[in-house]
Amino acid sequence: MNLILEGLIKAFQLIVALDPEVLGITWLSLKVSGLATLISVVIGISCGMIVALTRFPGKKLLVSIVNTGMGLPPVVVGLFVTVFIWRNGPLGFLDILYTPTAIIIAQAVIATPIVMGISIAALQNLPAKMRLQILSLGATRLQMVWILLREARLPLMAAVMAGFGGVISEVGASIMVGGNIKGYSRVLTTATVMETGKGNFDVAFALSIILLFLVFLVNYLFTIIQQRERPR
Amino acid sequence: MKQFKTAALLLVACAVAMFATFAPSTSQAAPVNKTIILATTTSTQDSGLLDVLLPVFEKQTGYFVKTISVGSGQAMKMGEKGEADVLLVHSPDAEKKFVEEGYGVNRMLVMHNDFVIVGPPSDPAKIKGAKSVKEAFGKIASADALFLSRADNSGTHSKEKKIWKAAGINPAGQKWYQETGLGMGATLNVAAEKNGYTLTDRGTYLALKKNLGLNIIVEGDALLLNVYHVIEVNPAKWTKVNNAGAKAFAKFMVSKKAQGIIKTYGTEKFGSPLFFPDAGKKPESLGL
Repeated sequence: MNLILEGLIKAFQLIVALDPEVLGITWLSLKVSGLATLISVVIGISCGMIVALTRFPGKKLLVSIVNTGMGLPPVVVGLFVTVFIWRNGPLGFLDILYTPTAIIIAQAVIATPIVMGISIAALQNLPAKMRLQILSLGATRLQMVWILLREARLPLMAAVMAGFGGVISEVGASIMVGGNIKGYSRVLTTATVMETGKGNFDVAFALSIILLFLVFLVNYLFTIIQQRERPR
Repeated sequence: MKQFKTAALLLVACAVAMFATFAPSTSQAAPVNKTIILATTTSTQDSGLLDVLLPVFEKQTGYFVKTISVGSGQAMKMGEKGEADVLLVHSPDAEKKFVEEGYGVNRMLVMHNDFVIVGPPSDPAKIKGAKSVKEAFGKIASADALFLSRADNSGTHSKEKKIWKAAGINPAGQKWYQETGLGMGATLNVAAEKNGYTLTDRGTYLALKKNLGLNIIVEGDALLLNVYHVIEVNPAKWTKVNNAGAKAFAKFMVSKKAQGIIKTYGTEKFGSPLFFPDAGKKPESLGL
């Protein structure tokens, strides 16, 4: 009980005092996970669209693989990405291990199946005859895609939120490929793990509260965008 | 439609802004050779020593140090693979092998502190006053008292295995012997929570003491000496290793300035220093 109270007080102090280190960590978390989500949204929704709107052999298998990917353990992704971007690994020449860029890549790998899986479900849920109707009204293919995206925007925004939630809260991959380097690749989750290890429970608790608040803020923003136009 | 477009536009603008803020930070670390990867033990980070030393080094030399804090075992594995430039570790036997096998060069003594056995104040195995650490481990085993092991091939874990061996006990698989697989700080927390004994370096223990409720039960045995060395990863083995940076870091660690910081670090906060500087000393003078 004491700890919870101390943590709350500490969190309040850190935020009010605008502690530069905590601010930096928070900003980096937002930046890294935001960019990773953006990448996953671009890839996930476009690939999801293609899979949802076309028919091809092995489609069920592919969709099951994507759906499995929605539960991809971050540490597994972290390990694979690490092995690839080691100095002496196949992508070692990029020299990005232990950088924020590496975290973005790992997180994008984690979020893409989540966004794609939900997108496929969302787009397949649209009435199949709708496409024919749109095309028969003289729309180009691009216009049709745009209209379908708009029609499915509620579940698609949910896909974005699920992707973002998955990566901002993830610690396994971030610590492996980012290295938790002070002032450089330390994000909220890895800092929390480290402070817990150091026995600084109050700071760890404060960081958790900041993380929760950040996730809430971002999701609140997404939800506003999602709910702005009332569904007809 | 329009609102959806503005939302999309907003998102893109955000992304551009984010990328823009990334640019300066990456260009700062752009000269490849200005970055050093330091693989070290959890104790140097958890005790807070590196947080004090590194800014001084970075300011003095312009290098940027990427500290990867893992167990000594993993740190040396990184060195073997050429994934680190310089090591700061405390596992002497493994270090000697590491250098002999040609993975490391210029191994230099930096500092020492000591290991202690900590446990609940009630001391269920009655090891307080034990004449030697071997005897203490023997008592823990025969009392079936809970003992938490790092079990991560760290320097502390190597030392612990060495003591069990010296005591003639094989704790593996025993009910009272639990393996955490975590760093020193985390393992101390587990020991505190479960009222168990564990072997820890004094530095990490002192840094965490306030939240633990564990006491030092056994200390002072020569077997408990904990020595830290800095080792450059052999650039002949791996061309990508930043040896100039490694050399600069090693030189800094044994410099007067760093040794002075090590000497006083912790005195203010914990009442006693956490580490004792040893640069330039012969290992024999420490009883190695």
